[in-house]
Amino acid sequence: MSAEVVTATPDLTTRPSTLRIILRNPLSRTGVVLLGLVLIALVAAVVIDWVAPDAAWKADLYQLNAAPGTDGHLLGTDSGGRDVLVRLVVATRATMFAGVIALVVAVLLGVPGGLISGYYGGKVDLVLDWLSSLAMSLPSIVVLLAIISSLGTSMWISMTTLGCMMAPAVFRLLRAQVHAVRNELYVDAARVAGLSDARIISRHVLRVVRGPLVLMISVLSGVAITVQTGLDFLGLGDSTTITWGGMLSEGFAAMTLNRVLFIWPGLAMALTVAAFFLVASGARDALQGIDGGSTTAPPAPERIRLTKVPTSQSSATPAEDEVLAVRGLVIGYPSGDGLVEVVHGADLTLRKGRTLGLVGESGSGKSQTAFAVLHLLPRQARLSGGEIWLDGTDLLALPRRERERRVRSAIAYVPQEPMSNLDPTFTIGYQLTEPLRARGVGRKAARERATALLTRTGIRDPERVMASYPHQISGGMAQRVLIAGALSTDPHVLIADEPTTALDVTVQAEILDLLRGLQAEFGMSILLVSHDLGVIADLCDDVAVMREGQVVEAATAENFFAHPRHEYSRMLLAAVPAEHEVRAEYVADRSVRQDAAPREKHS
Amino acid sequence: MTLLEIEDLVVRYPGRGGARGRTFTAVDGVSLDVRPHETVGLVGESGSGKTTIGRAVLGLAPVTSGRIRYDGREIHALARAGRRELSSRIQVVFQDPYTSLNPAMTVEEILVEPLRAAGWSRGAARDRVVDLLEQVALPRGAADRYAREFSGGQRQRVAIARALALEPELVVCDEPLSALDLSTQDRVLQLLIDIQERTGVAYLFVSHDIALVRQISHRVAVLQQGRLVEFGSCAQVTTTPAHTFTADLLLASPVADPARQRERRAQRQARRDRVTSPTSPITVSHTPDPGRVP
Repeated sequence: MSAEVVTATPDLTTRPSTLRIILRNPLSRTGVVLLGLVLIALVAAVVIDWVAPDAAWKADLYQLNAAPGTDGHLLGTDSGGRDVLVRLVVATRATMFAGVIALVVAVLLGVPGGLISGYYGGKVDLVLDWLSSLAMSLPSIVVLLAIISSLGTSMWISMTTLGCMMAPAVFRLLRAQVHAVRNELYVDAARVAGLSDARIISRHVLRVVRGPLVLMISVLSGVAITVQTGLDFLGLGDSTTITWGGMLSEGFAAMTLNRVLFIWPGLAMALTVAAFFLVASGARDALQGIDGGSTTAPPAPERIRLTKVPTSQSSATPAEDEVLAVRGLVIGYPSGDGLVEVVHGADLTLRKGRTLGLVGESGSGKSQTAFAVLHLLPRQARLSGGEIWLDGTDLLALPRRERERRVRSAIAYVPQEPMSNLDPTFTIGYQLTEPLRARGVGRKAARERATALLTRTGIRDPERVMASYPHQISGGMAQRVLIAGALSTDPHVLIADEPTTALDVTVQAEILDLLRGLQAEFGMSILLVSHDLGVIADLCDDVAVMREGQVVEAATAENFFAHPRHEYSRMLLAAVPAEHEVRAEYVADRSVRQDAAPREKHS
Repeated sequence: MTLLEIEDLVVRYPGRGGARGRTFTAVDGVSLDVRPHETVGLVGESGSGKTTIGRAVLGLAPVTSGRIRYDGREIHALARAGRRELSSRIQVVFQDPYTSLNPAMTVEEILVEPLRAAGWSRGAARDRVVDLLEQVALPRGAADRYAREFSGGQRQRVAIARALALEPELVVCDEPLSALDLSTQDRVLQLLIDIQERTGVAYLFVSHDIALVRQISHRVAVLQQGRLVEFGSCAQVTTTPAHTFTADLLLASPVADPARQRERRAQRQARRDRVTSPTSPITVSHTPDPGRVP
């Protein structure tokens, strides 16, 4: 028990704060600096309003349209002789305020609506979804113009309207996210733990949706500021408040007299919007890092020192009956600063007409090894050493295309998840005949061959199955179809990666019987990857045990099960539930903390 | 005395494409019971309704008809408030330790949550967390880490600790070992047994793997397509099964011994050959369903 605790406990490293993660990214760092400038401008605007309320209106009639830098006017003056910089800073306040109004309205409507709709579903969801669709179908600019023309140019009115128009976007996002989270097992667990709905939403649901929400809010703030600026530019804003839009409009009007006047408010707006986007995407990444992204992601592979593995075998050609021989295989993946090795020096030998069981627990590298043989490793994988001999030729010494050709013609593959390996959009018949047709077999011949293969794999009405789509057949049937497909190329090596793990035990027994029968009939050699020692015992002649990227024991099945040599093999075998062990009899009214042996032999 | 009593439970789900209103019957008239301190194993293949029974007990699946009584009180039609009262008495460990723990929460947050919801003070809840981690043999330092930093077996320990937090009398274990590696499986199974010996909690242990069920259960219920085909003591069901389906399950489950496995294959073959003449004595204990016998 303690072994597991010790080996797998991740080392304690301090987690950096969210802000620090944001600052690590140079782009979001730039965003933070820009946002800082905007905030300084905002504070300055408040101070100016307090100290010298009329500073933005004070006209210097001797300096109309002064160029930037003329005495005391850093950015020059406008056509009324007013200081551009002061006006720009003062305008920050109104522009930001407008954005905040729109955002607050959008969030107040969209967030609770989305949470409730997504979490409860049903009638509430129906009504809210309908309302949001209605709002989304209205052209927002037309609505805005109509509202402004009937209710006046107050910023409050126009921005509240804009907020209402943006709310459906927030609603939709949250609804979809919450919907996905609601079916997670940890939400079920929270319900069983007695948490109220409000608590589940605030603790479990909101945490997951906050990342995308932050990004959405930043996009919408950009939209709000742009729309507000646009309205003021068109002269539809409140003319008594100074905004960037108003300044932009004045700049355009004075274009012939002062060419640079419109640049400043435009620049201010563009940089502010950019700052929001940069900071938000940085924050989203940081939150995602904390949330761990996908919940189903396996733990990262442990970091392994990259050491040169001595080649255990001389590169002599394998013996005649060794159909497939893997020697000193090393597989690594680039990661940060270097290569993480997942398989270090694996040796396997598959003999003609025999079945080799490759045993190991998750992360042992057994599937990686099988994929390397199949030439199916992910693109970023590095085969940094070793040999793969197929029928007396070292595949790794061949050019890529030749290697591919040899593997495809000699080796067939049966995967773990039969259903996800069939394309749901095509019929079984099409998926079985297509590979044959690609090899130049005629349509009719291909169909006949596929039918014969399905019959051979124990499917009683092959015609009906050929006409079916994958969702219309059971998992066991799908695995038979995949085996039939694997056989269609007349392989002499079959690699099956946990072929029965996803199936019920009774179906598993049938599939194992089928593989055994096919092997006897066609004389194939089978490499069976499995973690289930029962399955290995059922089918295999030889066994290889993998642990942490290395083969620790290779033996015949008889020897492996009767006299395991390696300590790890013995540990694995000891973990198999014994056939005749049952729980001790139930004793009613027994006192707790009874020191009876928990399991007893039953014969 | 019984703790949990399920009587003639039926769970139906409305079918898709509703015009005909075709319903899917996940559980079809199942009756069983769990006594205090006892483990009842629920075995069956996919689609047998075993998980649905567990979810119905937890109030996560709709009960179409029948009764579920807990400690003499009917609980199948409880509203949320009544359910929440039960949370300190019935708990759950789910199959997938990757999705049953919120990846954005630390282990301490996960364990404190049910305690706080039950009205514990922050300090008392923290102390209990230390206790719980010790019970499931996780190091103390685990409290401040995120669940996603742990391996599958350790995550399942966290899930078990969460289930034990409020000292429940019954824990529904829904395939708690099937996502784990073989050696981890054995350790977690032993942990569950140890906890039961220590605390006297009862388990409703749902699993497709009869070899595992045999190790932990006092009694075993075998389900086939929503129906109970056999319910009896572990030794009886797993050594002298009364129903052919149970015997099929037992024979199909492979053992890690090539010689024994060869023997069992021959037995299975012999049974298959005999199918045409069902002379084997079949005594079905609860729901007779001779029509389904292959």
